[in-house]
Amino acid sequence: MQPFLRPLWDSIRDLLPIILVIGFFQLVVLQQPIPEFGRILVGVLFVVLGLALFVRGLQMGLFPIGENMAHAFARKGSVLWLLAFAFALGFGTTIAEPALIAVGNEAARVAAVGGMIADTDESRQGYASGLRLTVALSVGCAIVIGVLRILKGWPIQYLIIGGYLGVVIMTMFAPPEIIGIAYDSGGVTTSTITVPLVTALGVGLASSIKGRNPMTDGFGLIAFASLTPMIFVMGYGMII
Amino acid sequence: MSGHLQLILDTLGGTLRDVLPIAVVIFGFQLFVLRQRIPHLKQVLTGFVYVLIGLSLFLIGLQEALFPLGSLMAQQLTDPAFIFGPGGTAATPQWHDYLWVYAFGAAVGFAAAIAEPALMAVSLKAHAVSGGAIGVLGLRVAVALGAAFGIVLGTFRLVTGTPLHYYIIAAYVIVIIQTLFAPRAIVPLAYDSGGVTTSTVTVPLVTALGLGLATQVPGRDPLLDGFGLIATTCLFPIISVMGYAQISEWRARRARYTPPPGGTGLR
Repeated sequence: MQPFLRPLWDSIRDLLPIILVIGFFQLVVLQQPIPEFGRILVGVLFVVLGLALFVRGLQMGLFPIGENMAHAFARKGSVLWLLAFAFALGFGTTIAEPALIAVGNEAARVAAVGGMIADTDESRQGYASGLRLTVALSVGCAIVIGVLRILKGWPIQYLIIGGYLGVVIMTMFAPPEIIGIAYDSGGVTTSTITVPLVTALGVGLASSIKGRNPMTDGFGLIAFASLTPMIFVMGYGMII
Repeated sequence: MSGHLQLILDTLGGTLRDVLPIAVVIFGFQLFVLRQRIPHLKQVLTGFVYVLIGLSLFLIGLQEALFPLGSLMAQQLTDPAFIFGPGGTAATPQWHDYLWVYAFGAAVGFAAAIAEPALMAVSLKAHAVSGGAIGVLGLRVAVALGAAFGIVLGTFRLVTGTPLHYYIIAAYVIVIIQTLFAPRAIVPLAYDSGGVTTSTVTVPLVTALGLGLATQVPGRDPLLDGFGLIATTCLFPIISVMGYAQISEWRARRARYTPPPGGTGLR
């Protein structure tokens, strides 16, 4: 029981702020009662339990396998397969991401209203899935670039600053309707399951390659994954 | 009751669909490319099942408890009846009419970032890799402060209707300047913390706030102006994490050079 009690307590502590914030604004600022108190209590219980289980599973499953695979690829020594894995991981985890599906549909509505595409179900559908594919491709490329960086030991800031320049240049040419969506798409692509896996992969790679420091070289994969979608989505908006 | 069961099944199915491509990629490469057995296979599989069930429970709980209330509150706080008193409207609202909205945005942004499971994962890893130099809670608080500031700035932009890219470019300039001076070891982690913040808990709450504001503020179009809050929310943690590292380095250096009189210089 011991291994479960500690995470349970931790997750209660982590959730306390959000419960306090919502309670304070509802009761003190808006001065309204909390509707369906019992149901909310059950929901909070679910959240606490779920968070504790997730953290436990993270340490048992996602972290070890991410690091193991990084070590195994480093031993195998095939850069091509490693990059293929990096791309598949980025692409595969993004294409099914629910937040991205929601953003894609929303973007299609904006595009239809803005007159960029015909306002029919079919063209909206096509636009939304095109956007999803674009973002998934961009995340795949991002992980590939990030892994290459770890292998070569390139300093991260030049790549990130280059990416920023790319974003700024694309912003000047992209249609104004797409800019907000493009900027947001960077943040929504990295899901709760992708982040631990990709982090473990990066840290594992950096610690199994000689001359790389897991702290300075292992992190940074997520940063690329949240930068490239902005550039790709604005490009998508310019082409369509 | 059947509604609840439906929700549980739907969420479990959704999480499974989220995990499935990852599992296919991992096990596919493991079997066909690396061609080796997975060490501690049973433990890893149990871990995956925990993640699956845990994330589903987490999402169900959020949908039952926090999200409906959170979006309702975002609506009520942006309602002209709340801002200008009952029956009141203002043709040209000023940015300072929305103080409660900023306060709510900051509080929700901070609290949601603390509860974000993805951020927890990265903090645990950073703590382990840095040999304990980076505190799990310290990093999360730094990120949460950045997220809170980002939301406030994003809502301010929405209310004033100024172009989003000015804010983003200004933030980029700050990030670049900070990169030059921040301790090198923190830079990649700081860059990562931006994308990590906006995940399961933050995105729905922030989206609800943005949509509520864009619908209620006169002159804003929810379709065009509702976006952009997530972008500012995931930029400012980069700045706050580098700032946190700079401050702790500066304090450590000061403690080394001038030990406080009577003290040992140890904390």
